[in-house]
Amino acid sequence: MPPAAKGECDRLRRLLLEATTAGVSAGALLAADLLQPTAVLAADWNRAAFTATTLSEAIRAAGAGGSSDSGSIIIKTVEIAENGAQVPVEVISNIPDSKSMNIFVEKNPMPLAASLTFAAGAQARVRLQLKMAESSRIRVVVRASDGKNYHASREVKVTLGGCGA
Amino acid sequence: MGEAIKIRASLQGDLTEIRFLMPHPMETGQRKDSASGQLVPAHFIQSFSLTANGALLVGGQLNTSISRNPLFSFYARGLKAGDRIAVEWSDTRGDRRRDEVIIAVR
Repeated sequence: MPPAAKGECDRLRRLLLEATTAGVSAGALLAADLLQPTAVLAADWNRAAFTATTLSEAIRAAGAGGSSDSGSIIIKTVEIAENGAQVPVEVISNIPDSKSMNIFVEKNPMPLAASLTFAAGAQARVRLQLKMAESSRIRVVVRASDGKNYHASREVKVTLGGCGA
Repeated sequence: MGEAIKIRASLQGDLTEIRFLMPHPMETGQRKDSASGQLVPAHFIQSFSLTANGALLVGGQLNTSISRNPLFSFYARGLKAGDRIAVEWSDTRGDRRRDEVIIAVR
């Protein structure tokens, strides 16, 4: 990284730190045009949802509650995973105007695995690999642009848990 | 800064599949080091973004339960050869990494 860019980075980091301690939200910084809207912000990480240890708490903190069961969310995965450290999962939401997707592994120590937001142009579809501590249901909650939540789930049996992975 | 993100964007008519691999240990904080017997501290990617020509396509927040060296596939419509696809992540140590590719002419 050239020194100028590094200086810029440090300045941004300082600003973020100062702003966080002063209680100014990243949103306010965005409004002040100090950050590009596409910048990755760890500050945005939903700590309450990701560190929740029960499914109901994680769902509530992620704003994924009150969902209705939907056949329009397709979860493709293996029935039996020999290695819980790497379980391939594909999720396709056919719900019109799907805006976000929360993926939970119900029996993991921290159930919320990923929270995705889809902007214009992107399909509400993802392929990823999950760690699974034990056999569990994978639950996906999709939020549509009207704010309604929909869910689907799928059971995966795990022969060797991926907790220590 | 981490190793370079490997990004591959393949045009399939109007649909583009974007696959990327972000080399990262994704330590859960629950794994014991086999030599020392000590817990390896949590160290994982918390946020990433996928953009096309600077405009956000997908934003993501992740937990420790994403496998080591996270590999993702996403799909977008309306992209064309010459478009600039970028992926950026930031992790629990405040490290970040950004890489980009240009969609190739077929």
